[in-house]
Amino acid sequence: MNVIIIGAGPAGCEAAFRLANEGIQVDLIEKENSTGGNLNNWYQLFPDRKSAKDLNTILSNHLQHPHIRLHLNTEATDITREENGKTSVQLSDGALLTGDALLLATGFKLFEAQRKEEYGYGIYENVITSVNLENKFINHQITMRSGALPQRIGFIHCVGSRDEKICNYHCSKLCCITAVKQAIETRELLPEAEIICFYMDMRMFGPGYEEMYRKAQEKYNIKFIRGRLSEASENQNKQIIIKAEDTLIGKPLRMTLDLLVLMVGMEASEGSQKAASQLHLTQAPSGFIQPADPHYGNNRTNQEGVFIAGCCSAPMNLTDTLADARSAANTISEWLNRNTQH
Amino acid sequence: MELLGKEQIWKEYQKEIADNNYFYARSCIRQTFFPGSEWVYLDILRNKLHKNVIDDPRHTTCTGIGYHSDVVPIETIMTVVARHFALMTEAGYENLTPSCITSFGIYTEILDTWEHHPEIEEKIREYLYKATRREFKKPRNLAHTSDIIYKFRNEIASQILHPLKNIHTGRPLKVVDHIGCHYAKMFPSKGIGGAEFPAVLTGMIEAWGGEPIDYPERRHCCGFGFRNYLVMANRGFSVANSKKKFESMQPYEPDFIVANCPGCAMFLDKWQYTISEMEGITYGANGYGIPVLTYEEMAALVLGYDPWDIGLQMHQVAVEPLLDKMGIPYDPDKKYCNSRGESLGAPKCPTYLKIK
Repeated sequence: MNVIIIGAGPAGCEAAFRLANEGIQVDLIEKENSTGGNLNNWYQLFPDRKSAKDLNTILSNHLQHPHIRLHLNTEATDITREENGKTSVQLSDGALLTGDALLLATGFKLFEAQRKEEYGYGIYENVITSVNLENKFINHQITMRSGALPQRIGFIHCVGSRDEKICNYHCSKLCCITAVKQAIETRELLPEAEIICFYMDMRMFGPGYEEMYRKAQEKYNIKFIRGRLSEASENQNKQIIIKAEDTLIGKPLRMTLDLLVLMVGMEASEGSQKAASQLHLTQAPSGFIQPADPHYGNNRTNQEGVFIAGCCSAPMNLTDTLADARSAANTISEWLNRNTQH
Repeated sequence: MELLGKEQIWKEYQKEIADNNYFYARSCIRQTFFPGSEWVYLDILRNKLHKNVIDDPRHTTCTGIGYHSDVVPIETIMTVVARHFALMTEAGYENLTPSCITSFGIYTEILDTWEHHPEIEEKIREYLYKATRREFKKPRNLAHTSDIIYKFRNEIASQILHPLKNIHTGRPLKVVDHIGCHYAKMFPSKGIGGAEFPAVLTGMIEAWGGEPIDYPERRHCCGFGFRNYLVMANRGFSVANSKKKFESMQPYEPDFIVANCPGCAMFLDKWQYTISEMEGITYGANGYGIPVLTYEEMAALVLGYDPWDIGLQMHQVAVEPLLDKMGIPYDPDKKYCNSRGESLGAPKCPTYLKIK
């Protein structure tokens, strides 16, 4: 029995390891030159501040398994379902793989912040994204482009999420807790700075999240303002002037920031879109691949033998992604056993 | 500011603009307050760019001011606009080019409404026919007249006599561009460069040697806002909006402001006088204001038209400091003369705002 997995991010790696442990041969396809996907962009994880690199190392070490064949720098160019129920995957290096089952672990792509034109990302030099900030954490230094230390930093939640104007109605789920985590990390590097989060709702859904949010306010003196940014502009000192509304006190607000951090949301990846199109998979209005059943078939799709794991079906945190990958491995293993017996 | 990022956005917001054969629709405000602008636009198109443009005297107001003030119902304005389309159709034209930003916004809004609700279009066709026995075709191309000048900015640049440069320092003039709200804020895809970083005026400024200024309140409304101005009790709000913009742009020491909306040009010009009388504040150098030009006037100046022929004496803020910087010759004694050379009498001097 063999399974083809597309995408070697956390979900793909974890599912490959679990399937391999069941004695199933796995071909793991990754278009980049390393595994880990979006995890490579992160410094520390919430809520325990564990090193992202450490988790990535654990996941990639698991791939040193006799039943796992890793194809790096390789793209799945064409995916077809055969009449015998198997799936063929044409690879960019010319190889043709055939699997008893296919698992899509194609993850998510980050919202392109330039699309929120009014925030000036790519135009104003001190507007950055949450991913850019993670890179600054890796270097243990947060500065403005000029090299000066920022005195006032604003985090804007829901950039590219829950936004009718750019046709993204879904919640990316993780930006709230990421902002809390990043605000705390920023406070640690800049003890004197004023740090403000602009939020729509604080969706602290995971264990330890609400506690972290409380600690951010009480211990780290992070301010939280309920209000969405309407626009950002730049002054002569390259500071960012923002206009927002404090919806709790019902007043418009204007503020000068040294650094503006856009908490970019998650969208269906190009790999997911392409696979969905080639395999005629049902997609949710958000573009993510729709599970066969939200409760009891979360790893199955509308196509028999094609499974999904991780953020290709919806925004998820790492805890849920890894659990979803194990669930997918279990579902596939059962499905293969059932089909083999018949 | 990173120009590359802006250029990326500009690439995404391009629109089709017809090459020739334009049906011109005048603006109520522009032809009243800046009559030279509309005359010189037609002159540039016909005699500098050699384009065919018709200026139909039967064309009326689009009633946009009444519509945005909630005194003209939508069916009425649609029927008036349908009549404009009928005039265009009868004249054998397909490319509509309104001079007014609000008219442009209204035509865009109506065409979009009809696209989504054909039953409304049918109803309006019926109203127009019953009232006037007229029928119409919708324009094949709709572009604001600033789009037309933008399209031919390089052709104008090839005929330039007075580039947007300070002849004393050799430096590019610093120009604030102000885009009317109704140009692209309602339909970003209909404006060159979109709504957030429009390129329609900055494209002209750069092509003619100037340097556009991006200042924090660049996107802010001039404050006209129809009801803000028309209802006397609201006028303070209108002035406050312009004041906010002047205070934001002043540190950049702009040489002039250019606007593509007739209302914006008027208010950014006249409110400088109002603010000076209310608070004794002026925003230009040495007690002068910041000159405000329409884009037609800007094009005319670089092409070498006489400042008084294009109506710059109608401006509240004196333009002479700008003319001196650009090295444009003018006769101060003819500023307030009519076309026969007779004196019309000079206006009274403001208390604080220097005008000569």
